[in-house]
Amino acid sequence: MNDISLLQHYWWFLVSLLGALLVFLMFVQGGQSLIWTLGRTEEQRRMLLLATGRKWELTFTTLVTFGGAFFASFPLFYSTSFGGAYWVWLLILLCFVLQAVSYEFQLRHGNVLGTTTYRVFLLLNGVLGPLLIGTAVGTFFTGAEFVVNKSAVACVSMPVISSWANPLHGLEAALVPQNLLLGFSVLLLTRVLACLYFMGSIADETLRGNCRRRLRMECGFFLLFFLTWLGYWLASIGYGYTADGIVYPVQHKYLNNLLAMPAVAALLLVGVLMVLGGMVQGLRGRRRAFWLAGPGSVLVVLALLLCAGWNNTAYYPSLADAQSSLTIVNSSSSLFTLKTMTIVSFIIPFVIAYIAWAWRVLDRTPITPQETQEEH
Amino acid sequence: MDAIDTTLVDWSRAQFALTAMYHWLFVPLTLGLGVVMAIMETLYVRTGREFWKQTARFWMKLFGINFAMGVATGIILEFEFGTNWSNYSWFVGDIFGAPLAIEGIVAFFLESTFIAVMYFGWNKVSKRAHLAATWLTIIGATLSAWWILVANAWMQHPVGMEFNPDTVRNEMVDFLAVAFSPVAVVKFCHTVTSSWVLGAVFVVGVSCWYLLRGRHKDFAWASIRVACWFGLAASLLTAHTGHQSGRDIALYQPMKLAAAEGLYEGGKAQGLVMAGVLRPGVDWSAPTNEERFLFNIEMPCALSILATHEADGYVPGIRNLLEGGYTLPDGRTALSAEEKMQRGRTAIAALADYRAATEPAAREAALKTLRANFDCFGYGYLKSPSDLVPPVPLTFYSFRIMVILGGYFIALFTGMLLLSRWVSRQKLLLLAVVLSTPLAWLASQAGWVVAEVGRQPWSIQGLLPNLAAISRLETSSVQTTFFIFLVLFTLLLVAELSIMGKAIADGPETDKPAV
Repeated sequence: MNDISLLQHYWWFLVSLLGALLVFLMFVQGGQSLIWTLGRTEEQRRMLLLATGRKWELTFTTLVTFGGAFFASFPLFYSTSFGGAYWVWLLILLCFVLQAVSYEFQLRHGNVLGTTTYRVFLLLNGVLGPLLIGTAVGTFFTGAEFVVNKSAVACVSMPVISSWANPLHGLEAALVPQNLLLGFSVLLLTRVLACLYFMGSIADETLRGNCRRRLRMECGFFLLFFLTWLGYWLASIGYGYTADGIVYPVQHKYLNNLLAMPAVAALLLVGVLMVLGGMVQGLRGRRRAFWLAGPGSVLVVLALLLCAGWNNTAYYPSLADAQSSLTIVNSSSSLFTLKTMTIVSFIIPFVIAYIAWAWRVLDRTPITPQETQEEH
Repeated sequence: MDAIDTTLVDWSRAQFALTAMYHWLFVPLTLGLGVVMAIMETLYVRTGREFWKQTARFWMKLFGINFAMGVATGIILEFEFGTNWSNYSWFVGDIFGAPLAIEGIVAFFLESTFIAVMYFGWNKVSKRAHLAATWLTIIGATLSAWWILVANAWMQHPVGMEFNPDTVRNEMVDFLAVAFSPVAVVKFCHTVTSSWVLGAVFVVGVSCWYLLRGRHKDFAWASIRVACWFGLAASLLTAHTGHQSGRDIALYQPMKLAAAEGLYEGGKAQGLVMAGVLRPGVDWSAPTNEERFLFNIEMPCALSILATHEADGYVPGIRNLLEGGYTLPDGRTALSAEEKMQRGRTAIAALADYRAATEPAAREAALKTLRANFDCFGYGYLKSPSDLVPPVPLTFYSFRIMVILGGYFIALFTGMLLLSRWVSRQKLLLLAVVLSTPLAWLASQAGWVVAEVGRQPWSIQGLLPNLAAISRLETSSVQTTFFIFLVLFTLLLVAELSIMGKAIADGPETDKPAV
C-alpha cells in the first residue's frame, strides 16, 4: 500500500468513525422523538429535555465535522452527492436548524411561537433527522443515479462535472426499501439508546420505569428492521474496482468484504453483541446499560461504513453510469492535503479527552426534578 | 448543447447571500459579547463579588439566545458549498475543505463542549474551572472564525496551490501559505475586532436603555465602563486593520477598490471620496459623457496613499482595468479584459486537448499551453468584459456606511468614557445611544457587502467565476429553498428578537440579594 492509498484508507476510517459517533450521539434525537411518549407530565418532559439539552451540541458538532472531514478528504463525494441529492440533504439540514434554536428558546419568556411549537420542532428533528440520515447513508450500499465527467470543466457553456440523473434529486432514495429499512433501523437505534441514556442520567423512578417499558417495544422493532436490513445487505450486489479504477458489480460484495477483512467482521460481531447486551441490561433495569450499547453501536456503524469503502469497494455506486461510481481512490484529496489533514487529526485524542471530562462533570449526578426549575 | 441558466446562478447567489447575511447577524454578537461576559466573569473570580457573577450571567443569557441562532444558520452555509456550489467543491475542494474540517475538529468541538459546561456547570465545577470553560467557549468561537476567514480569504486571494490537469482541480501545495496568508490574517483581525465593536455597542446600548428607564443603574454603569474600554480598543484596531485590508484589496482585487470608490478613470494622486452621490442609471462598464457623481467630496491623494503608500501613486479605475495598458507595480503592462478572456479560453481549450490527447507529445504541448495561460483560466468562462464590473453603487455606498459608522463608534465610546456623568443626565443622548445599537449590525453587514459584492463575478478571484462554480439543479428547486430559508429564518429572527427583548426587559438579578 503506497502513501496515498494508506492515507485514503486512514481518512475513510476517520470519516467512518465520525459517522459512527454521529449515529451514537443521535440518542439525543431519539430522546426528542420520545418527549411525549416517555414524559407524561411537564416536569418529566423538562427532565428529558434537560438531559438531552446538555448534549445536543455535541451531536450537532459531530454532524458539522463529519461534513467538513468528508469535504476535506473526499471532495468529489461532497460535490456529487450534496449537489445532486439536493432535497434529501437540505431536508436533513432543515431538521437540524429547527433543533438548534428549540432547546434555547422553548422555555424562555417572550417565546412568541410557544413552548409546544419548539417541542414539535424537536420531535420533527428527532424523527426525521435519523430517518433521513439513515436513508441517505443507505445509498452508500444501494447506489444513486449520477454521472461524473471531470472533462466537463473544459466545456465553457456547461462546466459542471457532476449531474444527477433523477429529477427527484435525492428523494428517490426513500423509494428503495433497503434504504428505508436502514433509515428506520437508525431511528429505532437512537430511540433505544435514548431510553438507556435516560435511565442512567435521570433520578426519577417513574421516568425510569417508563423508559424500561418503552425499551421492550423499541428493541423489538429495532431488531426486526436491522436484522432484515443486514440480511439484504449481506446478500446484495456491491461494486468493486480494479487497480485501473474500472468499476464492476460483485455478487455478495459486502459479505465478501467481511470475509476478506476479519478484523472488521470482528468489530461488527462485537458491536452487535454489545448492543444486544446493552438492550438486555436495560431491560433488566441496569442504569449503565447505555455505556455498553452506545459504544457497541459505534462499532457496528464503523464496521458497516468500513465495508462500504475498504477492500476495493465503490462506496457510492452510480446506477446511471457504473464508471462514475465514487471510490476512496477517485474521489479523494491530494496526497499533500491528506498528509496535512492527518497531522491535524492527531489532535483528535485531545478533543475526545476534554469531551469526556465535560461529559463526566455534567453527568456526575443524575438530573432531579428540582434541577428543571433552575434557569440556565 | 446544454448551457448554464443564468437565473440559476442568480438564485444560487441569492440563497447563499441570504443565509450568509442571516448568519452574520448572530456571529459578531457571539464573538463580541462573548469577550465582554468573559471579562465580567474574570472580575467575579478575581474580586469574589456576587455583583459581577450576576452581571456575567445576564450577558451570558443573551449570549445563549443569540448563539443558538448563529448555530442554526451556520450549518446551512457549510453544506451549501456542496448543495449549491458543487463544481466549486470539486475544483478547489482539495484546498477549501481543509479549513472547514480543521474548524470542526479544532474549534467547533471546543466551543460546543465548553458552552455546555458554561451553562450547566455553575454548581458542578469550581469557579476557576467555570471561568476557563467560559474563555474556552469564546476562544473556540474565535478559532472557528479564524478557519472560516482563512477559507474566505483564500477565495479573495488564492495562494498555495497548483492546478492538476489529471484530476481537473486545484491542489494544495503549501498549507502554511493558505492558513497564514497575509490577506487571511488581516481579514481575521478586521472581522473579529469589528465583531468586538458590535458586541460592545450592544452592551452599551442595552445598558443605556436601563439608565433611560432608571433601572439597574449600577449594573448599567459597570457594563458601560467595561464595554466602552473594550469597544474603544476594538474600534481603533478595526480602523487600523481596515486600512491594511484596503491595501490588500488594492494589490489583489483592484476592481473591487475601483467599485468601492466609484473610480472609472484612474490615475496618479487619486483622492478618496469622503462623501458622494452617484448618478443613478450610469453604465459603469462603458464610457459616458455624463458626470458619474451628482456630487462628491474628496480627500486629495488619500486613495493613492491607501493603495500604494505614495501620494502620487497610480490607482487604476474601472476603465483602466478593462482596457489594460497601464504599468503594474511589478513593471509589467496590464492586460486588457479581452486579452485575459482570450488567454482564459486558450487555457480551457488546452485543458480539453490535454484530456483528449493520447500521444505524450500532444499532451505535453497542451500542458505547456495550459500552464502558460492558467493565470487567466477563469476569464475564459466570461462572455463579455462588462461581466468583470461588480455592482458599483451597492459596493460604493456600503463602503461609506461601514467607514462612517466605524468613525461614529470611536466617537461614541470616547464620549461615553469622557463625559459619562453628563451623558447620564441627557435623556436624548441616552436615547440616541440606544437607537445606535442596530447601526453596529448595519456597519457589519455593509462590510461584508463590500467584500463579497465587490469581488463579483468571482467565486475565486481570477480562477473561477460563479457561473462555473454552481451545481446543476433546476432553478425552481433553488427558488423553493430560497423562500423556505427566507420564511424560516425570518420567523426565527422574530422569535429571537422577542425572547431577547423580554430577557432585557426582565433585566439582570444584580439588585436581588445573593442567595
